[in-house]
Amino acid sequence: MNGVTALGVAARAAGAVPDRMTSARRLLARPELGAAAAAMLVWIVFALVAGPPFRSLEGTAAVLNAAAPLGILAVAVALLMIAGEFDLSIGSIIGCAGMTLMLLTRHYDWSLWPAIGVAVALSLAIGFGNGYLVVRTGLPSFIVTLGTLFAFRGLTIAVSRQLTRRTQLGGLDEVSGFAPAQTLFAGDLFGQFRVSVLWWLGLAALATWVLLRTRFGNWIFAAGGAPEAARKMGVPVARVKIALFMTTALAACLVAVIQAVRFTGADALRGEQQEFRAIIAVVIGGTLLTGGYGSAVGAVLGALIFGMVQQGIVITGVDADWFQVFLGVMLVAAVIFNNFVRRRASEAR
Amino acid sequence: MTAPILRVERVSKRFGNVVALRDVTMSVPAGQVICLLGDNGAGKSTLIQILAGVHRPTTGRYLVDGEPIELASPRDALSRGIATVYQDLAMIPLLSIWRNFFLGTEPCVGAGPFRRIDRVHCERVVREELSRLGVELRDPAQPVGTLSGGERQAVAIARAIHFGARVVILDEPTAALGVKQAGAVLRYIAKARERGVGVVFITHNPHHAHPVGDRFVILRRGEVRGDFGRRDIRLEELAAMMAGGEELERLAHELDPVGNGGPAR
Repeated sequence: MNGVTALGVAARAAGAVPDRMTSARRLLARPELGAAAAAMLVWIVFALVAGPPFRSLEGTAAVLNAAAPLGILAVAVALLMIAGEFDLSIGSIIGCAGMTLMLLTRHYDWSLWPAIGVAVALSLAIGFGNGYLVVRTGLPSFIVTLGTLFAFRGLTIAVSRQLTRRTQLGGLDEVSGFAPAQTLFAGDLFGQFRVSVLWWLGLAALATWVLLRTRFGNWIFAAGGAPEAARKMGVPVARVKIALFMTTALAACLVAVIQAVRFTGADALRGEQQEFRAIIAVVIGGTLLTGGYGSAVGAVLGALIFGMVQQGIVITGVDADWFQVFLGVMLVAAVIFNNFVRRRASEAR
Repeated sequence: MTAPILRVERVSKRFGNVVALRDVTMSVPAGQVICLLGDNGAGKSTLIQILAGVHRPTTGRYLVDGEPIELASPRDALSRGIATVYQDLAMIPLLSIWRNFFLGTEPCVGAGPFRRIDRVHCERVVREELSRLGVELRDPAQPVGTLSGGERQAVAIARAIHFGARVVILDEPTAALGVKQAGAVLRYIAKARERGVGVVFITHNPHHAHPVGDRFVILRRGEVRGDFGRRDIRLEELAAMMAGGEELERLAHELDPVGNGGPAR
């Protein structure tokens, strides 16, 4: 195929339609549009109410640092939710991977990197198990991963207590291999930003590339949008879903490693409620609960809104209890807005 | 004359004791529209499934280009150029037109981690293929859900032809459509015929079949009750043959005193 001619034809074909109208419509059809508006609104409100401490570089760094761990989870959860599935088990995977790291290094005297390798392998195995169960049994992933959430939280607590009589372990900084891990997972950028922000945005960029530019991304949308039709067209729906369950588990493991290195320890209870927060961030970001529609950029904006509200509330001195109220309201508002946008985007004109 | 692309000879299909199809013979030459008419339960679905390679006939022969063959699967049928467009169209409403069109066979450019869907190529092909059926797209990136029912049929037909179909089997493509949309679908069928594609058009509506059909095969209770060329039959005869004219007449008599001439007249 002659590339130059192809481009010429495409340009002429595109010229048949008013360009500005097409791009405007394409922009309006983006899932993250609502979240972008909401993020701007939240920023303006806190910039006015909380003032300079919020608007400053320090304030911005605090927001991004707070949003990063949730953001990493949300990006992976967004991919899975676009494919039409939930993963509630990621909260327990954070606790499980973190304690695996601590037990291997502190109880069995491993050095850090092989321990990270085992934590990654274990998380991937849990993710595979979730995906395989969902695909094979046809049960809702909500139920299957709710089961694994409880099972692995309980297992983590039980095994930690059995081996060490504790559910919290510290002293990771005394383990060999810690220094490079600290640079990679818990280092600072420009003094105030944590390196986890870079992980977050890097993974979001990667997820966006995969979703919008690769075959696998096309299959993710198809698997969530109409699994039967996708199967008929030769999309390996089961494999796509299993791979995405492994992705969310891997993201949870990354968060566990980042936090274990940063706090030089782990807690079997770490990551509690993160599964719900990640889902909330993804939904605020415009991804449909029913699958087939959404974006990684939206998940980034959802996590960003979380970070802004969290920091904004601290700075303005409002009682932190109000944070939850805000989240709940925001979630419902986002779902109502998304349903409206989806109907606009998908119905015959 | 060359052999038709697809031909079935005296095919029958039994499911246990139930005879779903008996001694059906029909041919699909290139560039012709064969209308397969029948009421619910006439055996249309069974015949489609045999043509599409889902079921194998109990007895009878299946010929492609004059050669007797046995289809192993729908995929096998597809690789011989026989594509079936089912009523659900195998499409994802929230996904864009070009993404639906190439789903499962996305053409890629680039190597290694930079391997990506060739979007420019996709959008251009979709535009071209649809304009050959007479549909001018506003934007290939708009979701399929924003298309009308008729336009969705066009996308499915264009997709089948683009991926090498010589015979397209359309399962009730006008069933769920209004008059205007159904008319549009008939135009797409005529365009596909102009391009030399053989079309099997399944319908229970003689008003839809008559304007485009080159040949009409009427199925009733699993048997061929009529096989006419375009010039051999008028619309009224077709309508009467199809549902069983005597039954309609009886119904009209039944309803007459109630409805003052009633809807069945």
